[in-house]
Amino acid sequence: MMTSTEQHDRAAPMIELRGITKSFGSVQANKNIHLKVSKGSIHGIVGENGAGKSTLMSILYGFYKSDSGEIYINGELTNITDSHKAIEAGIGMVHQHFKLVENFTVLENVILGTENNFLITPALNNARVLLSKLASAYSLEVNPDALIEDLSVGHQQRVEILKALYRQADILILDEPTGVLTPAEANHLFDILKNLSNEGKTIILITHKLREIMAVTDTVSVMRRGEMTTTLQTSETNPQELAELMVGRSVLLRVEKEATEVGAKSLEVENLTVTDKRGVTTLKSISFHVRKGEILGIAGVAGNGQTELLEALGGITPAAGRMKINGEEIPLNGVGSDARSKRENGVSHVPEDRQKLGLILDFFAWENIAFGYHHKDEFNMNRFLMHNQKIRKIARSEMVKFDIRPPSPGTLAKNFSGGNQQKIVLARELEQNPKVLIVGQPTRGVDIGAIEFIHQKIIDLRNMGAAILLVSVELDEIFSLSDRVAVLFDGKIIGERITEKTNESELGLLMAGIEDDSETDSLVTRKATE
Amino acid sequence: MKSLPKGVDLVLIPLINLLLAFMISGLVVVYIGENPFRAMQIIIHGSLGSAYGLGYTLYYATNFIFTGLAVAVAFHARMFNIGGEGQAMVGALGTALVCLYIEWPHWIIAFPVAILAAALFGATWSAIPAYLQAKRGSHIVITTIMFNFIAYSLMVYLLVHILKPKGQMAPESAKFVAGSNLPTAHEIFGWFGMVFPKSPPLNITFLLAMLACFLIWLFIWRTRMGYAIRAFGWSETAAVYAGISPFRIIMVSMLVSGGLAGLMSINTVMGEAERLLIDSVQGAGFVGIAAALMGRSHPLGVFLAAVLFGVLYQGGAELEFEMPAVSREMIVVIQALVILFTGALENLVRVPIGKLFLKLNTKQN
Amino acid sequence: MDYLTIIQILDSMLRLSAPLIFACLAGLFSERSGIFDIGLEGKMLASAFFSAAMAAATGSVWLGLMAGLTASMILAAIHGVASITFQGNQLISGVAINFLASGMTALIGQNWFRLGGRTPSLSGDSRFLPIDFPFTESIGKIPIVGPIYSDLLSGHTILVYIALITVPVTWWLLFRTRFGLRLRAVGENPEAVDTGGVSVSFLRYRAVLICGLLCGLGGAYLATGMAAGFIRDMTAGKGFIALAALIFAKWRPGYALYACLLFGLLEAIAIRYQNITIEGFGTIPVQFMQALPYILTIVILAGLVGKAIPPKAGGEPYIKER
Repeated sequence: MMTSTEQHDRAAPMIELRGITKSFGSVQANKNIHLKVSKGSIHGIVGENGAGKSTLMSILYGFYKSDSGEIYINGELTNITDSHKAIEAGIGMVHQHFKLVENFTVLENVILGTENNFLITPALNNARVLLSKLASAYSLEVNPDALIEDLSVGHQQRVEILKALYRQADILILDEPTGVLTPAEANHLFDILKNLSNEGKTIILITHKLREIMAVTDTVSVMRRGEMTTTLQTSETNPQELAELMVGRSVLLRVEKEATEVGAKSLEVENLTVTDKRGVTTLKSISFHVRKGEILGIAGVAGNGQTELLEALGGITPAAGRMKINGEEIPLNGVGSDARSKRENGVSHVPEDRQKLGLILDFFAWENIAFGYHHKDEFNMNRFLMHNQKIRKIARSEMVKFDIRPPSPGTLAKNFSGGNQQKIVLARELEQNPKVLIVGQPTRGVDIGAIEFIHQKIIDLRNMGAAILLVSVELDEIFSLSDRVAVLFDGKIIGERITEKTNESELGLLMAGIEDDSETDSLVTRKATE
Repeated sequence: MKSLPKGVDLVLIPLINLLLAFMISGLVVVYIGENPFRAMQIIIHGSLGSAYGLGYTLYYATNFIFTGLAVAVAFHARMFNIGGEGQAMVGALGTALVCLYIEWPHWIIAFPVAILAAALFGATWSAIPAYLQAKRGSHIVITTIMFNFIAYSLMVYLLVHILKPKGQMAPESAKFVAGSNLPTAHEIFGWFGMVFPKSPPLNITFLLAMLACFLIWLFIWRTRMGYAIRAFGWSETAAVYAGISPFRIIMVSMLVSGGLAGLMSINTVMGEAERLLIDSVQGAGFVGIAAALMGRSHPLGVFLAAVLFGVLYQGGAELEFEMPAVSREMIVVIQALVILFTGALENLVRVPIGKLFLKLNTKQN
Repeated sequence: MDYLTIIQILDSMLRLSAPLIFACLAGLFSERSGIFDIGLEGKMLASAFFSAAMAAATGSVWLGLMAGLTASMILAAIHGVASITFQGNQLISGVAINFLASGMTALIGQNWFRLGGRTPSLSGDSRFLPIDFPFTESIGKIPIVGPIYSDLLSGHTILVYIALITVPVTWWLLFRTRFGLRLRAVGENPEAVDTGGVSVSFLRYRAVLICGLLCGLGGAYLATGMAAGFIRDMTAGKGFIALAALIFAKWRPGYALYACLLFGLLEAIAIRYQNITIEGFGTIPVQFMQALPYILTIVILAGLVGKAIPPKAGGEPYIKER
């Protein structure tokens, strides 16, 4: 008997995708994808940003309809036309951005959509009982009467998982679940996932973090440019191999970088503290400096204060503490702390999110070339009028210089590809010859050819003597560019290293919040002697 | 999503929307039992067929240019200023105060002072909603609606209790001093030895409106402030990244908007009525919304749309005379449909046209 | 001011509040689902006209009511198509609906009745008549409590009582039923509803149509209950006062009742006293009383007293992210 069920399992996987294809306009997001996931396993899907992972899962969850292809659930051809059908088929999804109603209680969120009765009281009572059972079974404790907006991110994610379990999901899809979690929360999540798979739930984990794949999955598939290139047993592979499969060639070449004379301290930051609108302190009194001709890399898991650091230094959000450029103090809050004053003091800022911050997508490329610097004399005719003709000319030459395609200033920013959009932002910011450049995730969502170009431009600026603060969640990028690395964890700088004298595993430990005592001691003593 | 060719976006789509609005209005005329084509003919003939009709058409258009520009400027900062009506009313108060209590020797001196007063009063009325939006996040649409009603109550109070001359029944101000009367088209044409009928209220304010179109174009597309306003309108987060102050943009765009709405009163109060009436705006503030939507917030587009609505208002009056079954309110219906199709149902036309062009493009490739 | 005067003013407050309550709750359903509606005025106006016109034509106020509801719900459906299906700007759509109603009612009214946009006067079965409670004669004689029963509570048309009942019904629907839970959710975070397997569009259409229905009741009451026939633009800003009341009430049914009663009271006082003279203080002009609801709303919106936070997803069309 046992053997026959096992054979049956092997014959009919829990999930089978056959020939899934999906296009958005002219972009093919998924090309002829085949995938089998067996019951009770944890299956990882890795790939770079934009490889098509999320689209594929959205199709499985009925959020999009595939152009062609078939989905089999437990051996049965299933037509998943909307999320409702997916839920019926036993699929639950934990989205990267939670789909919770913030001013509802946990219970209300859990029953939403599966109330099963015209009145909600029975479902609420039912959910309360079930939640307490699930809480003890899988260590998914959460106060059922708390409002979502009062919960931590980790707890909100538990609510998402509980929502799926309440709907009796047999298949659980998690899209980049650890992006917003602390390492401890992430480990807790992995324990939960293992428990669930032991109970027979099938789990698909989408991530671009190879460490997680190695830690928790049984099998792993790699996606690249809309295609599913390989499926492997996790135990039979290693991170290097997966990384190569992800990018499609041997991992990123390091840009040639000669040592330069580092000069005096150019950017000095002392006791920088940021408190957000909800009163949460996201940056806790951090201090660092960057010298002329030096790149300081800020490494860390996303959500540990990187965005706040960039926005505080860029003049977008007010902060407490002190900031000095070449010894001159620049306010971090109040009068003279806005982005314009920062620029006038020689601070250029390449933001993390080029579409939301760096560009006006509905402006022409030439208009974007002046963006933020539209007060500078070279862009203006007189006190009132801008010199559009001249800006166009400047834009054209910068676009050629940065190999932006098409090099036509009269094209709207939204009609450029991601890499070219990023180059427009870089062209604008680098061409100001800044004293200090702060740059966040410079190559996010950019194709490999452009990555090298962008890295080279940043190195060139360093060689010309600028002080550069590079914030990146990609360790490769940090290693490739920076002279020194500081690791942000939970709003604090937890450690600082010379790039050449450290390695990925050492930084990995710091990123996970594991402090190196000797190093902190030495930092403290250094400070004391100064 | 690739963007559509400029000509399609700016000309073809508004024209199709207009056509849809006219078609439905035509059906209403058919329902009433009249011939829509004859109605159209009467409208066009009545508004453009004679110097008399044209005089009225352009007089109305002058109002709509100001209120249309007012809505358009605010639109560029992604502010929906629905308070043009109230701002024009308060602007009219400014105009009236200038023209009532100062013994002007000649209109040429009164004109610039009245312009300043009208703009200042109009801007004041938009300043409070703007400030509340910028500092407290109070929704500008709701606050400007409320300010329309408050303005109306204020005008009634002032006219009934304060501005009305003693012994007069009608709630309106005294007649303005003679030195503040603006030259009409009849007089202006006379200076050059030409003839223009006497009765149409078209006056020199029309030229001011054309000047305003040019200046607003310059402001929005050539000045740094205009650049900042457009940037803010497209993306507030990016504007903050670029060091543009949201507070400043909201205040400036709304003050300019309110000022423009206030200027409308130069035409109606100073140019035509020569006294302050309770309803000196007569819905022009709302027509401005239609003109701005139709004109895609571009001064040239607003100008053309304003003339179109001028044609409808003047032609509609003629229509009522010739076809008593079709009352003037026909124009309000057309106006509503234009707002509906060009504003709210934009995607009804835009999406199919966009798909059509995508298809044509791929075929070419 | 004696006791009976107070009772009379409160009585008039109830009458004047009823259309506000309908329109305010109408807006509540729509805005709680994430669809802003500044077209309450237009829908009420359309219903007022068609209910009076049909009642005049058929002699039956109930047929009139049906016609009014239909007209209002058609406009609501247009608003729904524009803002849900075509993802258009809800505010602009609302403006268009107000004009459409204002123009159409005057145009058709003139065409049908040739009375300058009015409908003929309604009487008898073609309008809603006051309902007298039993034993008003005898209970009315009881001091203090009596007049409350006989003069304040008794003697309104059926629609006033329906308006009052609609308040708890709305609360119950919103906070105790599946529909209400989903409705509130879709106005806060439509994605949560969508990923929960519930159609965002269908939910919002239902909310918008309920809004049309309630506006229809309010409009019909104006023309066939409070007045005896339709006159041009007879809503005279009531739709906007209701909108103000909705903000004042912070989008909650119970508070909505109080806000509408308050604004109704202001109107009742303004009608009765015109200019109020207070000893040693001066005269409060009637225009100030009329503007007071709007001024109060501005104060609330400015956050000077409490803070009105609208439903989070309000005003934005729901577009699935790519």
